[in-house]
Amino acid sequence: MLTRLFHSQLELGLAQAAAAFITAFAVVIFGRRRGIHLERETLIAMLRGIVQIVAVGFVLLALLQAPNWSSGFLLAGMIVAAGSISARRAKGIPGAFRISVTAVALGAGSVIAFMSGLGVINAAITSLVPVGSMLIANAMNTNGLALNRLRSDIIGKVGEIETALALGADAKTSVAPYMQASLESSLIPAIDSLRSLGIVWIPGLMAGMLLSGSRPIYAAIYQFVVLAMIFAASGLTAMISTLLVRKRIFSPADQLILRADAA
Amino acid sequence: MPENSAAILKADHLGRSVGTRILVEDINFEVPAGRVLAIAGPSGSGKTSLLRLLNRLDEPTAGTVYFEGFDYRAIAARELRRKIGLVTQRPFLFPGTVADNLRFGPAQRGESISVQNIDELLRRVGLEGYSSRTVTNLSGGEAQRVSFARTLANSPSVLLLDEPTSALDEESRVGVEAVIRNTVVDSNLTCVLVTHDMSQAVRLAQSALVLDSGRVARYGLITEVLHAY
Repeated sequence: MLTRLFHSQLELGLAQAAAAFITAFAVVIFGRRRGIHLERETLIAMLRGIVQIVAVGFVLLALLQAPNWSSGFLLAGMIVAAGSISARRAKGIPGAFRISVTAVALGAGSVIAFMSGLGVINAAITSLVPVGSMLIANAMNTNGLALNRLRSDIIGKVGEIETALALGADAKTSVAPYMQASLESSLIPAIDSLRSLGIVWIPGLMAGMLLSGSRPIYAAIYQFVVLAMIFAASGLTAMISTLLVRKRIFSPADQLILRADAA
Repeated sequence: MPENSAAILKADHLGRSVGTRILVEDINFEVPAGRVLAIAGPSGSGKTSLLRLLNRLDEPTAGTVYFEGFDYRAIAARELRRKIGLVTQRPFLFPGTVADNLRFGPAQRGESISVQNIDELLRRVGLEGYSSRTVTNLSGGEAQRVSFARTLANSPSVLLLDEPTSALDEESRVGVEAVIRNTVVDSNLTCVLVTHDMSQAVRLAQSALVLDSGRVARYGLITEVLHAY
């Protein structure tokens, strides 16, 4: 009905937003009759939501007009931010920020570059930035999980690690079980996403492609492509960061220098 | 130093501090080959900190240790730790069987240990027939004996024992102390034994060093040190 009344896309969007707003608020009014008072909170949340998402729309509008090479700067900024956020999960690990930025840059960055080179990710800024950001964000989460698990395992297993060192093991061998456990546990969300694809959830990217007119089969295949890339970027990032951590928590004489009181 | 024979292990103005906190300071002693030195002192006096410096699990911030006449910083850390074996207060056994634990040390050098050698090591610590047992089923005393045998599997020249009986009940303590006597004292293995039990020091060691607040309070023959108390 609205599509017949409004011919401009902007007007149509505003009308659709108003319809969604009225529907949502009707639920609030209905709730009020049941003694649930969410009017003020819901109103503020909806107004805030529309302002934020329209602001993002303006950023995307600017992106659409920006040259393709500028996506490199945007992705680099995202990598630094991702490294900073995931480094907070590695409190007490020396050089955690540098390790995280390096790992996300090499892990997610190399997958983005390789896949862009192959043409799997379209080099246009409107494709590269959103898909790249998905890879970086997931690499960030995996990195945070891996570092957090590795840190807590090492602090909790100082006795076992130093026993191995005292028996003549090198740093690599002494922490190998904990490196493996941290990698495996950090990749569980990425593996479960792949495993449950299409059964438990239909991801947003596929829904977006369908809405924008892509063929369902291609949208489905591309969603798998994105999740596989996320797994690759996340796995590579976690591998690199745990390897870099190992180098930082041992002295050149294979002495464990990470301690609970430092973490 | 009370003995005249050549020292296999010598601490030379050894010290370690972390930030402004001094853990041990200006430690000097010698351990001749085949002798047992007991390190005693109250809790927090730096006994374990000193022991950790002797096989370079921690880095000295002052002085050094001479092992077989060489500054131990010139010896690769892994090789040094094999030659100066450590048995910790709590036996941190690796998951798997008793034999798996005994194989760990030699495997780090790419060597394997025969079934006969494993059986012989277990016989020496009084655990004959324990080879295929999983470590989760061991008592505290048995676990400490496995830890002992695991360190011996590396054929160390010097053995560092960090209060090896303090976490055990009386029966296990007597058993583990007998193992120490059989494998160290009777085999002339050089040993540094950290203990808070002076009577144990008398039973096992020929000389003693008493620490107080990270510094040497007494050092000499066990009888001389004991007389001072």
